[in-house]
Amino acid sequence: MAIIQAIVDELEPHPDVALVERVRDGDVSAYDALVRKYEGQVFRIAQHITQNREDAEDVTQDAFLKAYQKLDQFQGNSKFSTWLVRIAVNESLMRLRKRRTGRMVSIDEDISTDEGSVPRDLADWAPNPEQNFNQAELAEILRKTIQGLPQGFRIVFVLRDVEGLSTEETAETLGLSIPAVKSRLLRARLQLRERLSRYFHQRKGAER
Amino acid sequence: MTCKEFLALLDDLIDDSVSDEMRTQLHAHLGGCEHCKVTLDTTRKTIEIYRSNEIYDLPSGLRDRLHAAIMARCKKGC
Repeated sequence: MAIIQAIVDELEPHPDVALVERVRDGDVSAYDALVRKYEGQVFRIAQHITQNREDAEDVTQDAFLKAYQKLDQFQGNSKFSTWLVRIAVNESLMRLRKRRTGRMVSIDEDISTDEGSVPRDLADWAPNPEQNFNQAELAEILRKTIQGLPQGFRIVFVLRDVEGLSTEETAETLGLSIPAVKSRLLRARLQLRERLSRYFHQRKGAER
Repeated sequence: MTCKEFLALLDDLIDDSVSDEMRTQLHAHLGGCEHCKVTLDTTRKTIEIYRSNEIYDLPSGLRDRLHAAIMARCKKGC
């Protein structure tokens, strides 16, 4: 699959490549198009990492400015979006360090290693349990649940499952090995599943 | 296959990156293990719910303000 994708990529350059070239040639409006395309994604990632809206706004601005200033360093051997996400993740982590002065923050924080434990919760969910909640309630549950994950698990889950990066891209972005990404993703998915079960069971149990 | 062995391959099964032979073994385990079947189904659902629900949306007012600020700073940074 990866080989086929690589061949397709070679035959049809990603539209971002042309935009990046135009920016390098001095066309700022091309950068405007790139910002428009990715500002939502960068903001989401920053919000997931910093857990703070003002910080996420600042990070979004800083990340795009840094990407603009460093565009000459973008080699084109990874996708522009992956390169930008890496900048956004780094800016978010830096913002956290600033906020928690004197305390190092890394994506290795709070990682417990209860590798391979079998989930305890056995009960199944209703076919569409999210339909028992309105949109605002559901968003609140999803936010609270993901905020409870250790940071190192949360970032991997967000990049891999929410933003759709590949395992390799996630590893490259976070400076982790592929086995480390896989291990964290499994733990993140299982922990989220278990935490969501509480909400979905509770509601189901309350039905008459 | 034990539940622990199944669990070690859960992500690969969800991401469809297992060999045909391994998939057959995993499904054989699922056929006789309600615990792992529930784990698989609800984990898949967890991912789907997070993928399909935007929990940190960017309202259009904020988007416009951020966009203008970014472009103003980039133009200054030329």
